Amino acid sequence: MDLKGFDHPGRHTAGGTVPTGARSVKVMIAGGFGTGKTTMVRSVSDIKPLTTEETLTQASADVDNLIGVADKQETTVSLDFGKIGINEQLVLYLFGTPGQERFWFLWNGLFKGALGAVVLVDTRRLASSFRAIEEMERQNVPFVIALNVFPDSKEHPIEEIRDALDISPHTPVVACDARDRESSRDVLIALIRHLKDRSAVALESR
Amino acid sequence: MSGPRRPTDPSGLERYYVLTGGRSGPGGSASSLDVATLIISRAAAVPGLQHEHEEILRRCRDPLSVAELGAHLGLPFNILAVLLADLLDAGRIEARDPIPASDAGRGPDLALLEEVLSGLERL
Repeated sequence: MDLKGFDHPGRHTAGGTVPTGARSVKVMIAGGFGTGKTTMVRSVSDIKPLTTEETLTQASADVDNLIGVADKQETTVSLDFGKIGINEQLVLYLFGTPGQERFWFLWNGLFKGALGAVVLVDTRRLASSFRAIEEMERQNVPFVIALNVFPDSKEHPIEEIRDALDISPHTPVVACDARDRESSRDVLIALIRHLKDRSAVALESR
Repeated sequence: MSGPRRPTDPSGLERYYVLTGGRSGPGGSASSLDVATLIISRAAAVPGLQHEHEEILRRCRDPLSVAELGAHLGLPFNILAVLLADLLDAGRIEARDPIPASDAGRGPDLALLEEVLSGLERL
């Protein structure tokens, strides 16, 4: 291929440039409204987080019934996203899901092709993430729970929260500070380790 | 509506209609596009291309996700997908879908997960 006229501003991923042969993987950051999804995307991303818009026409009557939306209008939803250069050949995209309940009918499409998800939980308002957890279970998306510790959060034993959230004993629950890059990275590491465990179990049981 | 259209009003549905020639969604080659699909230019921009097509070719000299393109060009996903379908059909770009999470219930490839893990640990 003749590359004359093409400029290549660097071969490494640090500046947000992805090498020519690269592939991508996708991880979703879910959770209730105001649980820190955008904050986490921002803290761990290599690039300044961006927003992309998806215009949707609500088409399915079933879905409308499910979410109680009466009018059929075009809706624009915004997805905040960031990216992490994993290595020369692999880039990880992180997408924050729309927090408003009325957009959850979208999730089938959003989660297609994702490795897994982080479900952020605000321990002061556990219930705000119930719906997100239900969606992960319904769609069979592997996930970890990340308890985003806010300055006025009370200390809760993780087992107590696990009970309150009614999640499987196999689902990891970790505490984090979504504002902190290392802490957010550790949540992603917990997710990937969980995915590895699941894969290993699936291989053994074959 | 009569009178000359103002080309300086690029916002809203009218702009999208003009950009896509009234097509509402991609078919065929672009129907599998994901927000994390990487787009790579396979040809340099040539004179006579629609401005947005040219812009896509220019920005995707290095791989760029559909989501990033949408953010940079200020276009929603479904409109951008129509434009990408044109370029795909013309062989001017390559689209590389994200590595799939699972096939038939088995989790993702262990080697891939190892790769992601060591990348994250280096951050």
